[in-house]
Amino acid sequence: MRWTWFHRLASPPYLYALAARLTPWFAWPAALLILGGLYAGLVLAPPDYQQGEGFRIIYVHVPSAWMSLMVYVTMGVAAAVGLIWRMKVAHAVAASCAPIGASFTVAALVTGSLWGKPMWGTYWVWDPRLTSELILLFLYLGFMGLRAGFDDTQRADRSAALLAIVGMVNVPIIHYSVIWWNSLHQGPSVMRLGKPTMPPAMLVPLLVLLLGFTLFFAAVLLVRVRAEILQRERAARWIGETLRA
Amino acid sequence: MTPRQRRLGLVIGIVVGVSIAGTLALSAFRQNVTFFFDPSQVAGGQVPVGERFRLGGMVTKGTVQRAPGSLEVRFVVTDFAHDVPVSYSGVLPDLFREGAGVVAQGHLRADGTFVADEVLAKHDEKYMPPAVAKSLKIRHGEARSDPGS
Repeated sequence: MRWTWFHRLASPPYLYALAARLTPWFAWPAALLILGGLYAGLVLAPPDYQQGEGFRIIYVHVPSAWMSLMVYVTMGVAAAVGLIWRMKVAHAVAASCAPIGASFTVAALVTGSLWGKPMWGTYWVWDPRLTSELILLFLYLGFMGLRAGFDDTQRADRSAALLAIVGMVNVPIIHYSVIWWNSLHQGPSVMRLGKPTMPPAMLVPLLVLLLGFTLFFAAVLLVRVRAEILQRERAARWIGETLRA
Repeated sequence: MTPRQRRLGLVIGIVVGVSIAGTLALSAFRQNVTFFFDPSQVAGGQVPVGERFRLGGMVTKGTVQRAPGSLEVRFVVTDFAHDVPVSYSGVLPDLFREGAGVVAQGHLRADGTFVADEVLAKHDEKYMPPAVAKSLKIRHGEARSDPGS
């Protein structure tokens, strides 16, 4: 059957072992790409003609903002799979995503604020892009809070999954906010139809960092999923056998 | 219909329902979601009279006048269809340039001048090294007319 890989993933011992095996394959490339990308972006890339050296905060801001959306999509899809297929490990994946996504969202908001002060002249405005990104942070925090509010894991899984799925509508709103409405935030430079609006010397480090951040997320997610499985399956016999071995 | 298909339908229903609700809500609040009004909207009378709002557009080249010895500055904001003169007293952001984007907050005086109490610079999504920008400018014959860079 073509679907056996999917059903095998649903087995906690299998996923626990697989995550352990896969982690270094994401962690090491992530470390190399992030270090190389930061060096290329902060040292090798030319300064911007208007923003000078200050534009280099883009190399942290854009990957963080990109990941804040990517992680939410991962979380929402995992939550939906968990609801539809009654798959416990999918809920474990969704639960593991939330703190990572919240951290990326905070990073995007803080770096954006620090960038806004010298360039726009303000740390914060209630602009559609900024406001929708702040709502994303509240969705992550709400998801985590809702989970924490239930003693029963299964009920926590189902309620939080519904919140994650409802919150998915915010993802396209964040991305298109700068196109649909007048906004202080500029339009997309990379994730747009047509050519990116920067030369390769500036663009390549950004793409390297985007890939590096994505692999970093995958590595952290795998570690967190293992911890989550350990906690959920603490009464299961396979845990004792695995840990003794 | 299996229970799994019913749950799949439920999830799809939630996504579709929330999307429709979100679209309706956002289009109803369009006026409030928009961050600034452009000069055409001001000229068309779409702006609440006597109330504070934000005006956004391009600073017309050659219109920035500074009063000597004060922070008083006057310039014209345009969207290439209509113009609105702006007066402002205060510190301008570093990226405030003639020919670049700007968002000003304030109110419209009876004589049609927009009195701003906050001016923010809106930069575009283009990034390039200074040398490239310079050669582009020379090619477009704008090297003389832009004192901002």
